[in-house]
Amino acid sequence: MSGVLASMIDGVLVGAVYGLAAMGLSLIWGVMDVINLTHGSMIVLGMFGMYLVFSAFVTNAYVLLLPVMGAGLLLGIVVYWMAVHWVVGRSILMSLLSTFAVNMIVIGIGTAIWTTTPYNVSYTLPGITLGAYTFTGNHIAAAIAATVIALALQLFLYHTRTGKAIRAVSDNRDAAELMGISTTAVLTIAFAIGIALAGTSGALVSTLFPFTILSGAVYQLKSFVVTILAGLGKPFGALVAGVLLGLLEGVITPFIAVSWIPLIEFGLFVVALVAFPQGIFGKRAAA
Amino acid sequence: MILRRPFFWIILIIAAVFIYWPLHGDNVALREDLILVAIAVILASNLNLMIGYTGYVNFGHIVFYGLGGYMGLYLATVRGWNLILSALVAGVVVSLFALLFGLAILRLRGAYFALATIGILQAVQAFVSNFDPWGRSTGMYLSFDNYQPLGGAMHALWITYDLIIAVMALSMILSLLVKNSKFGLGLFAIREDEDAAVVLGVNATVYKAIIYSVSAFLPAVAGTLMFYKNGMIDPSIAFEFMMSLEGIVMLMLGGQGAVMGAALGGGLYETLRSRLLTSTTLSEFHLVIAGGLLLLVVLFAPGGLMGWLYRIVPRARTVIE
Repeated sequence: MSGVLASMIDGVLVGAVYGLAAMGLSLIWGVMDVINLTHGSMIVLGMFGMYLVFSAFVTNAYVLLLPVMGAGLLLGIVVYWMAVHWVVGRSILMSLLSTFAVNMIVIGIGTAIWTTTPYNVSYTLPGITLGAYTFTGNHIAAAIAATVIALALQLFLYHTRTGKAIRAVSDNRDAAELMGISTTAVLTIAFAIGIALAGTSGALVSTLFPFTILSGAVYQLKSFVVTILAGLGKPFGALVAGVLLGLLEGVITPFIAVSWIPLIEFGLFVVALVAFPQGIFGKRAAA
Repeated sequence: MILRRPFFWIILIIAAVFIYWPLHGDNVALREDLILVAIAVILASNLNLMIGYTGYVNFGHIVFYGLGGYMGLYLATVRGWNLILSALVAGVVVSLFALLFGLAILRLRGAYFALATIGILQAVQAFVSNFDPWGRSTGMYLSFDNYQPLGGAMHALWITYDLIIAVMALSMILSLLVKNSKFGLGLFAIREDEDAAVVLGVNATVYKAIIYSVSAFLPAVAGTLMFYKNGMIDPSIAFEFMMSLEGIVMLMLGGQGAVMGAALGGGLYETLRSRLLTSTTLSEFHLVIAGGLLLLVVLFAPGGLMGWLYRIVPRARTVIE
């Protein structure tokens, strides 16, 4: 029984990282109505970004989150002007396809550079031992880092001028424009933050599990599940939903074969979409 | 009448060329290339029914092809049924499955529907990877005996080739039929404005579920034929997400909404892809090139090749549909 409890706690810790990844997706989706299919590839770039900086400067991996985050912001601006700006406000098919095209380009280049062999960031923090179970330090530190970043984003969105402008554009783009907010600048910033969050969560994941250039797809789908569960434009809801998903994984892992987990997760995803198209924490309205 | 449409005869001519061209000098290499082109055309054409006609993005279209392949191979080998019968039954079963799922997820609109189709693809793949009768993650293999009913392996491959070309022609004819029917007009209305269509008396729920199910049939049949020809199937090749997405690239490249657009895009993309894959310097970059191509089409020519042709030669619309 305590084995299940330990597995649940570990699930919650990893879930916080899922939540952080989903926050990036949810922010972009909520603000500009673009489903960012580059999300997975940006998570992967975060993983490889961490791998590169960690190989260059062998130091505390959590300090290295900062350069990864900064690079994510810059990359976000580039991707926004390359593929997103021109399709904002056009039919949803166009933004799905243009972001997907960037995803293909990134994965293609990444495969050429790193092939599809697994990599890992060999950095371990001492764990905490409770009775027969040890919680690895990395999982605890990653969960703390994810929560701190999530709180920082929450403060930014609700207590700074730029953050308020992002929320205003998210609520009503035309009205925000009329109030003198430069929507182009706001959309660029929001997209850059979304990408930086994806990259940062990827960097955190790289300290927990081995990864390949194709790992992004798994985390992208988890982000979708989390975002759908949380409802759009609710960054903090995403963190909570991420923890719930992690908890669910933790509860079921001890009982069934690992290969069944995708079926449960994706089944849950489809059911959640159909049953709560506005998210569990969202308003009830027709999709 | 479909027989009066010039494009109907163009489709038959294309199919005839596909059938007779590799026969000339028993050109097996050419046949293998053309099979891939035909599969691409089949997938893109049927995807066009959803994306181009109805305006619903299906990211998981490949699930029909993969499930059809599994179902048909299971019937043809384990149960020992006739190949054509297995393929048809697989098509019907997969269509019914699509109808069932369609009724549930087609309540969702726009992006939500698109995401649900990804979920369905991954869930089905995960299920098949754990499903014992279908060999779990190792899949199913054919032995030489399995080709005996069609007169040995070599003969069987030519027969499956002809059948796949027939399915390709049927896919294009189906697109043409739907386009010129009242049902097709209803779909276009849904694409342009679903709420207005409903007000004007289009039963959107039923229309969408039917077209989702119809778009599953021929890919499932093609799946049986193709995996029978390949002699093996496993979950990672049957439900390859990448292939599903390449179908969308093909459609956008050729021009969504046009029958010829899907076919042209499928043919061109597949030809380009095989050139890139066999080139030593570019093989690693075929994803990059496909992605770049897609981005350019989306940003600068959302109508694709056919949209461009229609703009230059407006009369082409009546001949090449």
